[in-house]
Amino acid sequence: MPATDLPRSAALVEADRLMTICNACRYCEGLCAVFPAMEMRRTFADGDLNYLANLCHQCGACYSDCQYSRPHEFNVNVPAALATLRNDSYAQYAWPRALAPAFARNGLFIALTAAASVAAFIVGFVAWRDPAVLFARHAGDFYKVMPHNAMVILFGAVFVFAIAALTLSLRAYWRDINGEGDGRAVVEATGDAARLTYLGGGGGGCTSENERPSAQRRVFHHFTFYGFLLCFAATSVATIYHYGFGWHAPYALTSLPVLLGIAGGLGLLIGPAGLFVLAQRRDAILTDAPRRGMDTAFLAMLFLVSLTGFALMALRDTGAMGLLLALHLGVVLALFLSLPYGKFVHGLYRYLALVKYAREKRTAAFVD
Amino acid sequence: MPVRFDKIYDVVVAGGGNAALCAAITAARAGRSVIVLEGAPAFYRGGNTRHTRNLRCAHDGTAPTMTGPYDPAEFLDDLYRVTGGETDKALAQLTIERSQELIPWMNKAGVLFQPPLGGTLSLGKTNAFFLGGGRGMLNALYRQAEALGVVCLSDAPVTALAIENGFFTSATIQYEGLPHQVRGRTFVAAAGGFEANIDWLRQHWGAAADNFLIRGTPYNRGDVLKMLLAHGVKPVGDPTQMHCVGIDARAPKFDGGIATRLDSVVFGIMVNRAAQRFYDEGEETWPKRYAIWGRLIAQQSEQIGYSIVDSKSIHMFMPSIFPAVQASTIGELAGKLQLDAAALEKTVADFNAAVRPGTFDHTVLDDCRTEGLAIPKSHWARKIDAPPYYAYPLRPGITFTYLGVRVNEESRMVLNNGKTSGNMFAAGEIMAGNVLGKAYLAGIGMTIGAVFGRIAGERAAKNARN
Repeated sequence: MPATDLPRSAALVEADRLMTICNACRYCEGLCAVFPAMEMRRTFADGDLNYLANLCHQCGACYSDCQYSRPHEFNVNVPAALATLRNDSYAQYAWPRALAPAFARNGLFIALTAAASVAAFIVGFVAWRDPAVLFARHAGDFYKVMPHNAMVILFGAVFVFAIAALTLSLRAYWRDINGEGDGRAVVEATGDAARLTYLGGGGGGCTSENERPSAQRRVFHHFTFYGFLLCFAATSVATIYHYGFGWHAPYALTSLPVLLGIAGGLGLLIGPAGLFVLAQRRDAILTDAPRRGMDTAFLAMLFLVSLTGFALMALRDTGAMGLLLALHLGVVLALFLSLPYGKFVHGLYRYLALVKYAREKRTAAFVD
Repeated sequence: MPVRFDKIYDVVVAGGGNAALCAAITAARAGRSVIVLEGAPAFYRGGNTRHTRNLRCAHDGTAPTMTGPYDPAEFLDDLYRVTGGETDKALAQLTIERSQELIPWMNKAGVLFQPPLGGTLSLGKTNAFFLGGGRGMLNALYRQAEALGVVCLSDAPVTALAIENGFFTSATIQYEGLPHQVRGRTFVAAAGGFEANIDWLRQHWGAAADNFLIRGTPYNRGDVLKMLLAHGVKPVGDPTQMHCVGIDARAPKFDGGIATRLDSVVFGIMVNRAAQRFYDEGEETWPKRYAIWGRLIAQQSEQIGYSIVDSKSIHMFMPSIFPAVQASTIGELAGKLQLDAAALEKTVADFNAAVRPGTFDHTVLDDCRTEGLAIPKSHWARKIDAPPYYAYPLRPGITFTYLGVRVNEESRMVLNNGKTSGNMFAAGEIMAGNVLGKAYLAGIGMTIGAVFGRIAGERAAKNARN
């Protein structure tokens, strides 16, 4: 049955209502990409609304600037309506479909995944070797606890699964929003994503608390995003060292993988902690309040990956290494497993929305 | 800063919009203690400012968001043209002269600007657009005022003024359920007009006023204006006149703001309850065409009109907030609008028969016109013959009133006895009639508010020290 035969979800109905009001007003045009993209349309199909929802960076500027927010009878709240629709859309595109409910109670899903994953490593270490190996000193040699090949096979398989699931989800999204892009659009979107151009409320900053805009959310997001990239780079360099040069871990503190990991790890401590504090202070009216657990869960996972990584590095020569390794690998595995089913996807969907926007900005005409 | 009712403030400001905040910030920067008394609740603060989007200013072309330059002489010409000379020339020149200071002043106060909005490129040279519109601008001004220690009360309407021989001593406000006296050394009235006061409008417009829609908040009642006039301040402006545009009849009674505008009129025909056309829909170009229809509709039976277009035109104007009424025949459309079907069919048929061939171009005064009709359509006349047909109901939308208080170049109120007030000043819509005797020029309300708000703040600050 084509999707058009189904009744529209409440989130789509509300987003359509708001975009119709906003398109007759247009005062927020200078704040971000959502409103100019809206102005290229007169009516809003489901795919259009899903596109606009994922283009929104939820800076909140359009709420504090709005002449029609509550208690006005139009009750316009674009950040919350698009956040709700955006979170719905993650579930809608999820592959396999059976895992879509993971987005409904995402905090619980992530917590259970993490706990099960850590437990599995502890049990695994004990079962495959012997209990003593868990508490013995190994002079920082992780592979005594878990052989390198076993690690590669396990994490490689999970990583491939995550990539496949994300690819299929993104394909469904790209089709739904009638995605279009080209090289120039990709370059422009990459720049906008790297700088978080549209988290700035058009220059005033992001509205975190009260109506006083600030750049704090952008700063902490940069810590998080670039921290994540540096950690990814650390793992990639280590992989090249291992297979390319036959240089095996543990690496010295001054080696490239460790330096990259330390820098990235610091980003993943500072960034998620800052974003978490800002989220607590943020006016809940700007958010999809019932599903804020998804944001918290992702921040917690990133923070824990980094924290357990640092603990492992600090105590790798002691008897605590085995347990810490189980903890760290458990958290990392859970993060990988949950990549397609948690807040991580926001970056990919938003990036593709930026690509589409960069392209249509050049090719489409504004309606007026 | 917490409010204190035991102290005497240097400057008491009635109102909480652009003019009020410009006065408050200016006086506070001069070191004066200032209290702002906004009658509306916090969300509705700022009167018509919350629905504005730009201010008109003369400038040398270096402003980053504007195409320019806009010479003061050209600005003055524009003002003389729209008002037909109904302006105090000295005050008009002062407004334009000092409008050149506004962008840097606003920037310093934290107000951000952006390039002109889609569909308003024609204003890119003359008007500076607020990032996020008037409420974004207002939020910035409030943040600035509070940072300077100004006491800003909302939901604090002025209920009485103590004025002796044109000299202000205190205002009574209703605040948190109790009446309070706010004493001050000087007074700035920046509390707008009476456009939301239906009883007042009814005095001049009779029962028709009940069918008017008010584009701003219900708090623009003109209470302070009425008190000042009762205390012998000299009036200015036609008490019967208001700025009034045609807006969607389905808009809320109050505070529909910009989103309820309709730009469809010139693309088709406009009929009244009797399904008859009543004015040349192709007379003028934007923005004047936008401004005449409110008054025209106000003069029709039940104060309602219907803009009718066909599928050729439905996508040629700004999207509307409410969907068009749609039908596959003119008769069916009449039924949906509860108009006489035969009468509407005849009106459309007569119109179609009178349309002469031409080359349609809605961006200029084109050569598409009718011939032989008692009420011609002189431009953009195309047959209404491509179904589906669409209609929008329109009612008069009242934006502001012209009646105000007379001021001099110091923004100081002038009294009926010809003297000037010892310590009372006015700024914004409450005195805009000094400069704008009739009609409107996009963004000039904000210009007058900001220029005279700053002057009132400077003068009140000086006055309070003496």
